Amino acid sequence: MDKVVNVKFAGLGGQGILTCTDILGRVVFDMGNDVKKAEVHGMSQRGGAITSDLRYGEKVFSPMIPVGEADFLVVLGEDQIEPNQHHLKAGGILVKPSDFDAEKLENKRTLNIALLGALSRHMGFSVDQWLGAVRQQLPERLHAVNEKAFYLGRGE
Amino acid sequence: MSTERNLLSGNEAVALGAMHAGCALGVGYPGTPSTEILENYSKLGGKAQWSPNEKVAAEVGIGVAFSGTRTLVTMKHVGLNVAADPFFTVAYTGVTGGMVMAVADDPGMASSQNEQDSRNYARAAGVPMLEPADSQEAYEMTKLAFELSERWNIPVLLRLCTRVCHSKTIVVPGDSTDVPQANYERNIQQRVMIPGYARPAHKALRNKLVEMEAWNNTAGPNPIFGDSTKLGIITNGVSALHTLEAAPDAKVLKLGMVYPLPMKAILDFIGSVDDCIVIEEGDPFIQTEVQAAGGKVRPRLERYRFGELDVVRVKRIIANDNSEEPAPPRGKPPQLCDGCPHGASFGILKKLGCIVTGDIGCYTLSVLPPYETMDTCVCMGASIGIGLGMRHVLPEEQARKVVSVIGDGTFMHSGLTGVADMVCNRPETGHVIVILDNGTTAMTGLQEHPGTGKKLDHLPSGKTVSLEATCEAMGVDKVVIVDPQREMDEFERAMKEAMASNDLTVVIARRPCILAIVRDAKFERGETVR
Repeated sequence: MDKVVNVKFAGLGGQGILTCTDILGRVVFDMGNDVKKAEVHGMSQRGGAITSDLRYGEKVFSPMIPVGEADFLVVLGEDQIEPNQHHLKAGGILVKPSDFDAEKLENKRTLNIALLGALSRHMGFSVDQWLGAVRQQLPERLHAVNEKAFYLGRGE
Repeated sequence: MSTERNLLSGNEAVALGAMHAGCALGVGYPGTPSTEILENYSKLGGKAQWSPNEKVAAEVGIGVAFSGTRTLVTMKHVGLNVAADPFFTVAYTGVTGGMVMAVADDPGMASSQNEQDSRNYARAAGVPMLEPADSQEAYEMTKLAFELSERWNIPVLLRLCTRVCHSKTIVVPGDSTDVPQANYERNIQQRVMIPGYARPAHKALRNKLVEMEAWNNTAGPNPIFGDSTKLGIITNGVSALHTLEAAPDAKVLKLGMVYPLPMKAILDFIGSVDDCIVIEEGDPFIQTEVQAAGGKVRPRLERYRFGELDVVRVKRIIANDNSEEPAPPRGKPPQLCDGCPHGASFGILKKLGCIVTGDIGCYTLSVLPPYETMDTCVCMGASIGIGLGMRHVLPEEQARKVVSVIGDGTFMHSGLTGVADMVCNRPETGHVIVILDNGTTAMTGLQEHPGTGKKLDHLPSGKTVSLEATCEAMGVDKVVIVDPQREMDEFERAMKEAMASNDLTVVIARRPCILAIVRDAKFERGETVR
């Protein structure tokens, strides 16, 4: 169980949380990991707070990240830090919009992909792996603008 | 046998399992967290339909199964309350073709009005129940459920929960099965439940349950993990995954078939360890059954009946920790979308000081600020009956303020009989029903219903069940149709008139859901939609 990596995403319904969880899920799935992704949707899709858990490793049991065991916490708004901070383990990494200049995004709706770019600096996967998963999860007309967002978040 | 890996939600896995089991018709009513089962089944090429409510869906499924072929019936936990009438008696009649009822519980109530535990229905009706822990098991147990259903000629419940429905885990699918063509063979004594035929049917059902328990003891999907002789844990469903993570050194019996329980296997397991506890979400169902059979298990603390379990809570249960649990910080609650037509409607109801008996849908969010306009919400369709009850007994001044508010989808689900009652048992002050008609079942993700004139796959059904024509035909005195955003004055005037008169009035506030407009445009362009 030591090898399980826990990534938690937090934001509001409609911000693209589920999409970015799916993209990371695709990256680690393609590498042959056991993967579990947990989320609650339904009533929360009406603008309420939602979180999504992505766990991967050799063998993952529970689909939910135990409180205080997230290796990474990715928030889609600075106001999501306080209500979700307790999920992060000691020494865990917080990824947030202020990690880069979000004002420079061509399209504000690509913030979720920019955050994946910021997250990617802390994870060992190649840019090709990330962008391959982005292309698989998004329709073609959105590829260029999201790739730019990814690089902006990554700081390249 | 395929070795292809897929990352699927539990709902997608059930859909795939039904496809591979040769299911002939999927039928259900949308309800979080079960909705995506039939949507995915349809996308995979399966024939699927939304029925107006769960009772009709279950009856359609029974018809398929009586015809000798396979059916998948889907609903959320509270849907089984609606379908309970046919459900209890189809246990007696039995089925010829396989009938699987996928019922999704919502422990913790992410999107429900209660956290009832469907395992109690399995015991109450005498219907076997399988419970998967992840998507691989959801796939396999769907197929197994069809096999068991045909082996014992009985419907089988597949109990899901929010975490299984909506979590994605890896699935390696197996082979597909061909099933026989539907063919009707008469069997009156088996299918007409007059008392003379139902008495032997009840005994036959109990005999089947004895046989199934024996099968479950020796061949059921109930693996044991670990070999500790100290701590033993009996668990089921997603709780088993939390347990395997929380207590890696314990011996774990993971029950995949939770009714009828494999009691001999369970008692043997208890005998193999010094200390045994049951870890289950919801009611102490397994614990109670085991204790009744004389099994010695350490009782679970009552606080763990409530809400979802997770790894941390499982550790607390094992440690018998009854200390206060930290309350999670409250996130932003959901709200009506910007531009939602319901907002305008509740603005008027608030202004008029209505006593609003409400119903289930997006509009239930009007109970929260800034509206705080809903007085009651109990179950699907209850707005009308509760409103009528209040009208019958309240003093006139209050009675005139009572308004039943119901959405178009919920009206089709269970509002029609309320209207019939209103016409038949007319309150002295009359009554006012407001149908918030946004042309979709929005809350569960924009599903169609008989009033939208479209089928599950969003293609035209050929006929639209008209709200106004139905209400008029049933004998309502006055039907008024307004656009809640563009005709606010007319809406307010109609409400004042209706509340002051002794008429039975239905006001239809008609304006499409803004999310449905976007979705329909995408669908017209040929893009993928749910």
